[in-house]
Amino acid sequence: MIDRRTFVKGLAAGSAAAGFGLWPMRGLAQDSRASQATLRGTEFDLRIAETPVNFTGATRTGITVNGSIPAPLLRWREGDTVTLRVANALSEDTSIHWHGMILPANMDGVPGLSFHGIHPSQTFTYKFPVRQGGTYWYHSHSGFQEQRGLYGPLVIDPQEPEPFRYDREHVVLLSDWTDENPKRVFDKLKKQADYYNRDRRNFGDFLKDVRKNGFKATVADRLAWGEMRMSATDLADVSGHTYTHLMNGVTPAGNWTGLFKSGERVRLRVINGSAMTYFDVRIPGLKMTVVAADGQYVHPVSVDEFRIGCAETFDVIVEPTGQDAFTIFAQAMDRTAYAAGTLAVREGLQAPVPSLDPRPLLSMADMGHGGPGHDMAAMAAPAAVDPHAGHTMPAAPAALDPHAGHNMPAAPAAVDPHAGHNMSAGGGAQAHPDTENSPLVDMQTMAPTARLNDPGIGLRDNGRRVLTYADLKSTFADPDGREPSRTIELHLTGHMERFAWSFNGVKFADAEPLRLTYGERLRVVLVNDTMMTHPIHLHGMWSDLEDEAGNFQVRKHTIDMPPGTKRAYRVRADALGRWAYHCHLLYHMETGMFREVRVEE
Amino acid sequence: MGATRLLRVALLVLGCTVPSTVVAQTTPVPPPTEEERKAAFPPDLQGHAVHDDGLHFLVLADQLEWQVSDSGGGAIWDAKGWVGGDLNRIWVRTEANYQEGAFDDAEGHLLLGRNFSRWWTVVGGVRHDFTPGPARTWAAIGLQGLAPQWFDVEVTGYFGESARTALRAEVEYDLLLNDRVAVQPIFELNAFGKSDPERQVGAGLSSIEFGARFRYEIRRELAPYAGLLWHRKVFGTGDLAREQGEDVGGWRLVTGLRLWF
Repeated sequence: MIDRRTFVKGLAAGSAAAGFGLWPMRGLAQDSRASQATLRGTEFDLRIAETPVNFTGATRTGITVNGSIPAPLLRWREGDTVTLRVANALSEDTSIHWHGMILPANMDGVPGLSFHGIHPSQTFTYKFPVRQGGTYWYHSHSGFQEQRGLYGPLVIDPQEPEPFRYDREHVVLLSDWTDENPKRVFDKLKKQADYYNRDRRNFGDFLKDVRKNGFKATVADRLAWGEMRMSATDLADVSGHTYTHLMNGVTPAGNWTGLFKSGERVRLRVINGSAMTYFDVRIPGLKMTVVAADGQYVHPVSVDEFRIGCAETFDVIVEPTGQDAFTIFAQAMDRTAYAAGTLAVREGLQAPVPSLDPRPLLSMADMGHGGPGHDMAAMAAPAAVDPHAGHTMPAAPAALDPHAGHNMPAAPAAVDPHAGHNMSAGGGAQAHPDTENSPLVDMQTMAPTARLNDPGIGLRDNGRRVLTYADLKSTFADPDGREPSRTIELHLTGHMERFAWSFNGVKFADAEPLRLTYGERLRVVLVNDTMMTHPIHLHGMWSDLEDEAGNFQVRKHTIDMPPGTKRAYRVRADALGRWAYHCHLLYHMETGMFREVRVEE
Repeated sequence: MGATRLLRVALLVLGCTVPSTVVAQTTPVPPPTEEERKAAFPPDLQGHAVHDDGLHFLVLADQLEWQVSDSGGGAIWDAKGWVGGDLNRIWVRTEANYQEGAFDDAEGHLLLGRNFSRWWTVVGGVRHDFTPGPARTWAAIGLQGLAPQWFDVEVTGYFGESARTALRAEVEYDLLLNDRVAVQPIFELNAFGKSDPERQVGAGLSSIEFGARFRYEIRRELAPYAGLLWHRKVFGTGDLAREQGEDVGGWRLVTGLRLWF
């Protein structure tokens, strides 16, 4: 068995250097040895192929664009029309989706919705006007190709001057690599959903908790989770036990290095191009000023750390000085591994790499079962999904368990907490669609809130100033300006044990498209009825997040939805066509957390 | 438009925040052009495909073991598997007991299962008993799933020829000592509606088994184990065994391999 820590860090620099031969060395002048190719201009030739790669000491076949993982940095200019000839040298269909781009539907790169995909030995030509600036990325939308390496950064220089100043820039593309075939990872999750969770609570933890919290409280806690048949350690479906995390395609041991001169303002374009990993990013010793989110300017906010969900991008400006090297530390949300690299004044330097933070545990409050800060024993409200209800109130039927139906004459309404229960204590109890009364829905949140100012699980009270969604404010007003004329509420649903994910309890295969009328302004309200965090991405149109008062707050393309949250955003339906709408956790999308959004006249 | 933008940029550079209401304006969506209409709906697209409707399978050999008791040793297997989608699956169960050169108990199930609720699956199909004695075939209907507190429960009722009936209930639990070592306590009951002397079965509760297996997961899929079981034939079934001069049961040491793929 390979020692986990070694495995996580991947190849040491020496052996990784052999791998670097894979990458063309015509990278950005300011980048270091693992320089990525940068392609500029308006005409691009990209070739998708299988290439041997070696991140861990074992040679595997990755999917590369022009021979590299990540794919080359594409540098466009706002206002140009770009032409991209994408040749497929694979033996299967492929595709490239330009994540966050506003473009015609037939250029969006989703097989079956935008086009037919790119067949083997075919070349597809994408051509579209670039109507925005900022930091984005691109990736395959075919099967599991993204997990095998088909992703790359996309930077668009804006037409107008940017509202901040910097002396140099680096792309920091974070990703996760597995030596396993992603199809195999998927199959394993279907057979045993907690396969990659090696931190499940065990008997030793039980004894520790008894010493700390007392026997009664510990038993009550375990009974509560056991009643729900969920795990408080369920932070990530795929973890560092198979993943090696990469920064610009380099393992932590390989130490990607971006250069700076002391006193310079350095812009980092941080992109989470991973399939399943949320990262918590910090640079010990440096404040980071967040100036853009998902490619769009935000009012500058100075932080020590930020969480970046899959597919999100953040642009931050740092002013390294006083040290020759700083570590960019991006630990996975479940604390099983990290990506790391260095900002340094020259090659070969390294600052101390922090140890991983303690692994957090989910709480009932995280899932919207009672307000944050309530400890479990304090929750006495008769809450339908709250297992505590079952203990403090043995007479209360477990309304959410269809099995309880025989206790309850009002069986069909049993999943609606409004129906089966007196919610007097619940106040704003959340209603749920009937379709969630499904064998593939294992949880419903009770009292979700927006929690925009919550740093998130594992980041609260860590002594660092952590970015929250409440900090993100667009530098521009609501670009549409109209009040939404209607609201669509969608619930993020799933079944952990069966590893099935969906919206409103209906997976993609069984779902009708969501129909939008061209020109309308609508509000989408998402409610997270699962215990996991989901990054939700709508293609083709912006997601304009609202603050808790319902005002426009920030323009994004991917909305992070932690458990227990209910968040609203506005969509301007100004893009005719068939668009993908999905959770950007690859294996959640592939098990059904996906919808077609159809904008019609 | 450009001037407004420049003004805002200037304000930003000066560190001012722009109140969003100041520049809020309604920008109506222009009608789509013919070109946009054509680009929006390319012909003959069949919709996107994800893997949410695929077939999956599991083969779990929960017990491949050697048992030792006062009366000697024997090999046991107990395996199950499924193939299907998220809701409907075909289930197979098989177990057998090989002692002294012959199969003592050998049976197989072929069942159709539906995950009809959050934690439960209803199954229906056939069970065939190969040995001992003359073969018997049963219609089977059962309930299996995950009870609160993570108890793995399987209850199956059987209906055979000549109005025979039978019932089996099994409960298992995984107690994690650490991430690789688990204790799996088990409890199993068998009962029959009427006696079947040819197969040494008496009416009523026929056998009880409980015990625990300690396993070490070399990897998730592969775990050697050792355990201690108490198994006993009871009531009429016990009497029949005694009449034949056979062992009615007792403590057994077991050791084996659990594997799945």
